[in-house]
Amino acid sequence: MADLLEVRDLVKHFPVKRGVLFKQTIGWVRAVDGVSFTLGAGETLGVVGESGCGKSTLAQVLMLLEPPTSGEAFFEGRPMFSLRGAELKRLRRDMQIVLQDPYTSLNPRMTVGDIVGEPFEIHPEVAPKGSWAGRVRELLDVVGLNPEHINRYPHQFSGGQRQRIGIARALALRPKVIVCDEPVSALDVSIQAQVMNLLGELQSEFGLAYVFIAHDLSVVRHLSDRVAVMYLGKIVEIGTEEEIYNHPTHPYTQALLSAVPVADPALRGRRDVIRLTGDVPSPIDPPSGCRFRTRCWKAQDVCATEEPALVERGGHPSACHFAEERSVVP
Amino acid sequence: MTALLEVEDLHVEFRTRDGVARVLNGVGYHVDAGETLAVLGESGSGKSVTAQAVMGILDSPPAFVTKGAVRFHGEDLLTASEERRREVRAEGIAMIFQDALSALNPVFTVGFQIEEQLRLRRGMSRADARARAIELLDLVRIPHAKQRVREYPHQFSGGMRQRAMIAMSLALDPEVLIADEPTTALDVTVQAQIMDLLAEIQRERHMGLILITHDLGVVAEVADRIVVMYAGRIVEHADALSLFRSPGHPYTAALMRSLPRIDSKGTALETIKGLPPSLLRIPAGCPFHPRCPRAEDVCADLVPDQVRLGLGRTSACHFAEEVVRG
Repeated sequence: MADLLEVRDLVKHFPVKRGVLFKQTIGWVRAVDGVSFTLGAGETLGVVGESGCGKSTLAQVLMLLEPPTSGEAFFEGRPMFSLRGAELKRLRRDMQIVLQDPYTSLNPRMTVGDIVGEPFEIHPEVAPKGSWAGRVRELLDVVGLNPEHINRYPHQFSGGQRQRIGIARALALRPKVIVCDEPVSALDVSIQAQVMNLLGELQSEFGLAYVFIAHDLSVVRHLSDRVAVMYLGKIVEIGTEEEIYNHPTHPYTQALLSAVPVADPALRGRRDVIRLTGDVPSPIDPPSGCRFRTRCWKAQDVCATEEPALVERGGHPSACHFAEERSVVP
Repeated sequence: MTALLEVEDLHVEFRTRDGVARVLNGVGYHVDAGETLAVLGESGSGKSVTAQAVMGILDSPPAFVTKGAVRFHGEDLLTASEERRREVRAEGIAMIFQDALSALNPVFTVGFQIEEQLRLRRGMSRADARARAIELLDLVRIPHAKQRVREYPHQFSGGMRQRAMIAMSLALDPEVLIADEPTTALDVTVQAQIMDLLAEIQRERHMGLILITHDLGVVAEVADRIVVMYAGRIVEHADALSLFRSPGHPYTAALMRSLPRIDSKGTALETIKGLPPSLLRIPAGCPFHPRCPRAEDVCADLVPDQVRLGLGRTSACHFAEEVVRG
């Protein structure tokens, strides 16, 4: 599979400022701190991690909504961050995003038709002017909404329907990649399943590639071909869905998986449970060496002095000096 | 034997500009000492409103309790005096909320908020109350409790705030603790810590715990008994093992099938068609019938009674016996 997207050593730091008039930078939030991965056409890469691990910042940088501090990304072999003019416009067509909160990500004063059709104004080459309304109706139909509702406003729809509107908007320009940033975490279980199935159907129908960002490990497993686990701005383990869930080697991945409650009371007290202590350290001042060492039960002196590289250990890349397979999912 | 806390045929409506929303339509459950009851439901099912009615903290208007009883040791709280209710809220039943940051007062220290109740209710001196507050923070495993007691809620992380709120709720040794989505806003590793803590405290103090949640996984790990709510009604009541092994209501069954699993990739998820009903216009008959895969004509006409399924289980479905057999 040729790589559609390749990200190399991507870094995004945000300044922390103090003072009113004479602002001084007193530190940096290392939101994304050296992330590399590839994404093939039609493939889904899941990105999991807890709050503050940098997964949403990664989405923002990939969508060119935030400039990177350093690092490179290539889309179909072209360096994304230095594109200008027509090439940049073309890239923005090929990469779209679906956001988490369907309540704040749709303009309440625009009709559904305007929201879904707005991309055509910027990219008229995709749909000639007279055909917009027809195209919007098609798109609404594709995502399972009633095309007759084209003149309604977002508040007239439920949360799940609004998320469908967001998906229709993302599909309008026939992108090759959609970055989904927590697309189902605001939805109830019964609605979540509908939207997840829709994302799956659209992928096979249009050959889309997804970067699927979520904190819910079950949701990510369900949709992903490969999975990257992030902790404090870094990928700590990456592999196929099977490798990450059935053969995790990084202690953080193991702890994360074991913390997920399993919907089967018969397994109560019979699971291999790893309980982490404490909270995630601040990304302003992350621990030296391995960033997970302050919560890790395997930590040794070397973990504080030497940062473990994300290299092949036990079958797939894992950033732990003591990477060792341990099955935690029942 | 009277239950520790019992909700009986509770009806609550919200009188809004758009009409009367029937938020609770005959909800009944009970919890005994040393037991964990999970109340499972999606947004709008009425699970939180029931808890607020129990605590007497519903905003009225728009909310009105039109029928029913809330009995604590057999005493109906809905007809009790405001003074008596305050007493029960302080000493008998405590509640913790999903969003600890907005449930804590930002302008007082965490310590002050724990001590306040001890000084008012127990007549403790400042020094004694402070010592007790530190003990409580220790109990919920907040590191460096002695220093932390002087800090403000914004200086705590999300998990620590939830711990502080648990400490606060335990200050007066309640017999019942109502936890309304206590871990929904937390990361999964922190959620696991908080659920372990709640389970341990509940065991040690032999408390009744009512856990309100939408998360089937959390329910499966801690609940003794489960009530499933839909559109302001209890559609199923069962012990945890039976409910997960053989759900007795089509809604419960569909909910379980629509859940992505951590232990296998699976293909397309089964979905529940349509949306939960608007509480302004709850469908006639069984409220779930427009979305139910096995609905028949009778479902649109008759509200199903609670059908007994043995082992103390009930299901509000005309075809409960067939559903439970699978």
